[in-house]
Amino acid sequence: MEDSVLNSNSNSQSNNRQTVPFNDAKIIIGLEVHVQLDTDSKLFCGCSTRFGEAANSQTCVVCTGMPGALPVINQRALELSIRTGLSLNCRIARSTKWDRKNYFYPDLPKGYQISQFDQPICGPGHLDIQTTEASGQPRRIRIERAHLEEDAGKSIHDESNDRQSSKIDLNRTGTPLLEIVTYPDIRTAAEAKAFLSELKLILNYIDVSDCNMQQGNLRCDANVNLHIPLRGQQIATPIVEIKNLNSFRAVERSITFEAQRQFEGWQENGVTIADAPKQTRGWNDHTQMTTLQREKEDSADYRYFPDPDLIAVKIEETQIKQIRSQLVQLPAILRELLVKEYNLKPDDAAVIVSQGRGVVDYFLTVADGCENSRVANNWIGQEVLRHLNESNQTIQQYPVSHQQFTELLKLVIAGTLDQTRGKEVLNAMVEHSISSEEAIKQLGIKSVDNSELVTLCETLMDENQNVVEQIRSGNEKAIGMLIGKARKKNPNANPGLVKAMLSKMITG
Amino acid sequence: MTLSALNADVIVDQLNAGDLTATDCVQHFLDRIQTHNADLNAFISVSDTALEQAETIDKRRKAGESLGCLAGLPVAVKDGICVSGQPTTAGSKMLENFSAPYDATIVERLKSAGAIVIGKTNMDEFAMGSSTENSYFGSTTNPWATDRVPGGSSGGSAACVAGRLAPVAIGSDTGGSIRQPASFCGITGLKPTYGRVSRYGLIAFASSLDQIGPMTRTAKESALLMSVIAGFDPRDSTSSKEHVSDALTSLETPLKGIRIGVCRDHLHEGLHWEVKTKINDAISVFKQLGANIEEIELPHSNSAVAAYYIIAPCEASSNLARYDGVRYSFRAQANDLEEMYRNTRGQGFGDEVKQRIILGTYALSSGYYEAYYLKASKVRRLIKQDYDEAFQKVDLILGPTTPTPAFKLGQHTQDPLAMYLADIFTVSANLAGIPAMSVPVEPSSTGLPIGLQLQGRAFEENTLLRAAHQFQNETHWHMTSPAEPWRTQS
Ligand SMILES: [Zn+2]
Repeated sequence: MEDSVLNSNSNSQSNNRQTVPFNDAKIIIGLEVHVQLDTDSKLFCGCSTRFGEAANSQTCVVCTGMPGALPVINQRALELSIRTGLSLNCRIARSTKWDRKNYFYPDLPKGYQISQFDQPICGPGHLDIQTTEASGQPRRIRIERAHLEEDAGKSIHDESNDRQSSKIDLNRTGTPLLEIVTYPDIRTAAEAKAFLSELKLILNYIDVSDCNMQQGNLRCDANVNLHIPLRGQQIATPIVEIKNLNSFRAVERSITFEAQRQFEGWQENGVTIADAPKQTRGWNDHTQMTTLQREKEDSADYRYFPDPDLIAVKIEETQIKQIRSQLVQLPAILRELLVKEYNLKPDDAAVIVSQGRGVVDYFLTVADGCENSRVANNWIGQEVLRHLNESNQTIQQYPVSHQQFTELLKLVIAGTLDQTRGKEVLNAMVEHSISSEEAIKQLGIKSVDNSELVTLCETLMDENQNVVEQIRSGNEKAIGMLIGKARKKNPNANPGLVKAMLSKMITG
Repeated sequence: MTLSALNADVIVDQLNAGDLTATDCVQHFLDRIQTHNADLNAFISVSDTALEQAETIDKRRKAGESLGCLAGLPVAVKDGICVSGQPTTAGSKMLENFSAPYDATIVERLKSAGAIVIGKTNMDEFAMGSSTENSYFGSTTNPWATDRVPGGSSGGSAACVAGRLAPVAIGSDTGGSIRQPASFCGITGLKPTYGRVSRYGLIAFASSLDQIGPMTRTAKESALLMSVIAGFDPRDSTSSKEHVSDALTSLETPLKGIRIGVCRDHLHEGLHWEVKTKINDAISVFKQLGANIEEIELPHSNSAVAAYYIIAPCEASSNLARYDGVRYSFRAQANDLEEMYRNTRGQGFGDEVKQRIILGTYALSSGYYEAYYLKASKVRRLIKQDYDEAFQKVDLILGPTTPTPAFKLGQHTQDPLAMYLADIFTVSANLAGIPAMSVPVEPSSTGLPIGLQLQGRAFEENTLLRAAHQFQNETHWHMTSPAEPWRTQS
């Protein structure tokens, strides 16, 4: 009897669940981002952090966990962490300590990872991200903390023969990682991607990390679940941690997939956060699906305790002040500058800023020099960026100096060169690394004087009397045909000037 | 007088004067090890380069080069301390075939002072024990009574100095591992202030408690070794930058007016009556030297052993996680990774070590951490406060090093609690981080050594050494050696 009641009950709930549209579900996302800090040496020993060296060539007694070896903190890593914290509006701890996270794994030589448990170097902060929301208002993503820890090594599994063998490379062991943890403030996969892009850009601007995702210098875990409205209540699905996302695309797609998967799962079985433990899932790039890695009853017991080999680090106000005083302008400030002071559209400003500080500086110098930021933006946003992109160069490698570029744009703005000729000149400047003057000479570009223009127009009118008639009878557009012909007769003739003179001569 | 009867400072003087060559000196002690180590089992390994090093020293001396202050002096080093290219086992099967790839900082300093490491001494496995019976390489015996333990964990270092197989030795002390064997073997042992001597290269047992120190016949020899091994080391983040002043120069500064505290509670309960008598006799000697004896209280000292046996195993459970069979340690046969871990650690560690790893793992587990580790850390702070208050009133604290003289081999192996109580007077100094030393007083009526413990303010080793030295000026117990051939006591 009771059974049937339960059944009917769950049936009706199931029916209720089927009626909720996916779009009503709110996606709750929190990110944990591991950033490899750009230090020369490891976090607790003097070994180099260079990538791609022979396996186990960059190790010592400390990072291989030899008996009796002791860690010593790398001051540079502390400085870079503080710099990052300040750039993310974090509170910097005055005292920060080290804890051991105990677990066994072959690529973890000491059997514990030195990390920070309850006194992270960076406390709460936030990062504002641009979204596509109609309001155009940035979204504020709160940051819970950022803590320093040492990376583990790499296990290489060789399954080429029957006897499966595993090898360990400890070159990466002890590399400094800053783990930045957000609050679950992110609501869409696109926002997650936007957060990461902005974070990556900031880290790049402040010279903390090269964020090379292929080399694993920026890795991300995403915690995802859904809040689904059902009969006036919010139902939360079990939290899933998607591990080791190595590209922006993986972050975006795995979250999208996971939201859909959780929604369908919930519709099917109604399991909520209260019924199921947190799951760890991995993203498979080939199948484009997340797959279950482990289900933990509770969080794994890492038996954190203060590392007795290290002393607490006291961070002085003066040190924080000094690092703050050396902070560069962040992307958000520069975007605002380009919009407000240089009249760029927000999207254009975003493109320039996203290229890094070098391009921004190039733009600012050229825009100031030619006194026309719109033209500067058009030319740099299109011609320069296309070239850098195609040739995979940085702005520092671009063959045209900002002085040369400014000179070229001045000619364009003055009308001495039209757009098309200007681009021909630029291409020659890039190709041969020559000045605009030399390029103009090489291309045989000469200025055309007024009498030459008059002769040219008279010839055109003589040879195309029917077109002249058409124009006179009101078809003003027909003048385009004459301008085209003028270009063939004398490529140096400025089309604007030809047009003005022709219309004057034809229509009076 | 034979060479083995000489103190290290005298040996160094003779070497400097050209009355003795390093080669002869090293050969003499190597011969003694050869003859007597079978009885004592004090050494796990003997250096095969010691003679060569001695010859080099002799050549350099002949050439008129300036040499370090210990040039040519043989030193025995506990096997938990790394000596480059030498077996370094920590008394464990886990490291049976491990050869250290580097020198511990103190070994580097000893070597650059010209000292010659003649061998590595036996110890309880990973320094866990009070009798050296937990060594994978067999027990060391006490030269005063070969059916008795030498104490532990630095039992090999204590026995080899008492038995004159080495003039001086280096030990390490986590809860009494220098002082308790020094007391059992009738020698002088100093556990320095935490941070005074670098731990770099000391195989960790409990990192916040471990400290390396000298084990010698006289306080003067300890002062000599401290002048070489003490001082800041950038490779050990917990080592102190506190200035080290030369202990040797202040040894004779009179003790008149020095205030020595005695904790009456420590001279009652559970104390062997002869220990009590001999300590009281020692107090009279200090009175004659002009010391003012005052009563003090250390109200939390009865909780020290309990706190110690939480904190030390917690740290040990993590420190010993690196012995997993993946890299350099013993590796057991297995079919998969998990089995490899289980078999390696199951077969590679002895029972006492496994017991403490389990205890520490449990105490750090979520849900128990607060009740055990954090509570023990609180007790530790209270013990430190007790000392801070006591040292407002007095300059030194005096008491017995151990409640009884050396016990018999096998006597406590089935009773861990009785074994742990051997540390009852010594663990507090480790918890508080203060320096402490054991000095021989008159032996028991049956000829077993008894030790007096002196504890001092942090970084005031020199006061300890000075008091011990002047006590030794008035007594001769430290200079008596067990009669050879060594006998059982009963
Ligand atoms: Zn290293």
